[in-house]
Amino acid sequence: MSKKYWETLPQGSVVLEAGSSAKFKTGGWRSMRPKWIEENCIQCMFCWMYCPDMSVKVTAEGKRAEFDYDYCKGCGICALECPGKKGKKAIVMEEEGK
Amino acid sequence: MGTIVAVTGNEACAQALKQINPDVCAAYPITPATDLMQRFSSFVNDGKVDTELVLVESEHSAMSACIGAAAAGGRVATATSSQGLALMWEMLHIAAGTRLPIVMPLVNRALSAPLNIHGDHSDGMGARDTGWIQLYSENAQEAYDNTVQAFRIAEHLDIRLPAMVCMDGFIVSHSIERVEYIDDGDVKKFVGKFKTVHPLLDLDNPKSYGPLILTDMYHEYKRAQHEVMTKVPGVVLDVAADFEKMTGRKYSLFETYRLDDAEMAIVVMSSAAGTTKDIIDQYRDRGVKIGLLKPRMFRPFPFQEIADALNHVKAIAVLDRADSFGSYGPLFSEITGAVMSMKSKPAVINKIFGLGGRDYLPVQAEQVIDELIQVAETGKVEAIKEYIGVRE
Ligand code: SF4
Ligand code: SF4
Repeated sequence: MSKKYWETLPQGSVVLEAGSSAKFKTGGWRSMRPKWIEENCIQCMFCWMYCPDMSVKVTAEGKRAEFDYDYCKGCGICALECPGKKGKKAIVMEEEGK
Repeated sequence: MGTIVAVTGNEACAQALKQINPDVCAAYPITPATDLMQRFSSFVNDGKVDTELVLVESEHSAMSACIGAAAAGGRVATATSSQGLALMWEMLHIAAGTRLPIVMPLVNRALSAPLNIHGDHSDGMGARDTGWIQLYSENAQEAYDNTVQAFRIAEHLDIRLPAMVCMDGFIVSHSIERVEYIDDGDVKKFVGKFKTVHPLLDLDNPKSYGPLILTDMYHEYKRAQHEVMTKVPGVVLDVAADFEKMTGRKYSLFETYRLDDAEMAIVVMSSAAGTTKDIIDQYRDRGVKIGLLKPRMFRPFPFQEIADALNHVKAIAVLDRADSFGSYGPLFSEITGAVMSMKSKPAVINKIFGLGGRDYLPVQAEQVIDELIQVAETGKVEAIKEYIGVRE
């Protein structure tokens, strides 16, 4: 007899596949979207450091790259911390879907 | 074989833990369990065990550390009482839901307010729905024997659930009794080597404990948890059979005393069963057909087996050393649940006794039996639930 679905679950809800949370795209929770304005960016990497997720990508050369919108939840911390250039922010938050 | 000693219940449980030599114990002191872990910490200090003893800042942390250590892949134990168990509450559910075979002597004590350090079952009964296996002990010997057996039950590969071994605070934990210790080597052989299931410290196979599981699968995990509980009685009986081979001491899901030909029964747990048996003997001498049923395994509750054992009686008195305010005593609710499946529907009454360590005296057992005789004769119940031994 084939097992019922609940009989196939791993004991104690242990997740046996390492790193499987990458499959769970949490970017869909976002209502505000950070936008990177590259010309104002001074490459200080504050955004990368402050992001509570890992949603600020970095190039192989260690430079600031685009946001990872698959996981960015739009918390706005990067935009708040971004010093920008000459008073102009390099990250601004925009309403999702606008 | 074995050594006969005069020890307290706490001392006997500490001895069992010493003989089992768990990998990790995380504990926080609380009366009346303090003395149990204090004795065990002496064993750690004196190099008698290899256990890593984690001294934490609260019971919440104690159970958290036990959960971490058990998930890491260790054999883990702790002990507590009353408020300490209450403070562990959320972690108790996590230990069970995560299927971690932690063993915990629970020295039963009343809950505050008013503040009281003496024995009753309010703490254990409050934790009855946490998913832990619960074994209750009448005396120090049973507390010791149940502790040894609890490791085998909890760690059984079909089970992997945490288990509490309950004994009455002070009455058992602090009274000196005759106890027969099993030889160290026999205990070691009986509990066997600890087998890990999905240990976190297996670094070649990384895994995660404690995921978020929402509406899509939570219900199924709970269904699976229910299923595991249904396998516990069989394992408890198998372990008891092996234990009897080793020690000659017989254990089951519950104990019966002069019940086979009884017309009336008292159902009571833990130390009060001893007093009750004495009074039953006195009534038996006068020809009153009264017997006793003492549940040992309260979780899971063996409904069918208890229904079969009580099926022939006309009247039952369930004595609860805890109250569920606004309802019946917790043991009463289980027994009436068992009565549901009986063809004969015996009358059942509920007596709340011994709260906060109030002595359970022979005269109380006599009153209960006298009332049972009336109930059995007339089939009439005046009050279903009543407090006994109350100062008036
Ligand atoms: S909005 Fe929040 S989550 Fe998204 S990149 Fe900025 S800091 Fe990270
Ligand atoms: S915090 Fe602003 S300026 Fe600094 S790297 Fe990020 S986007 Fe550029």
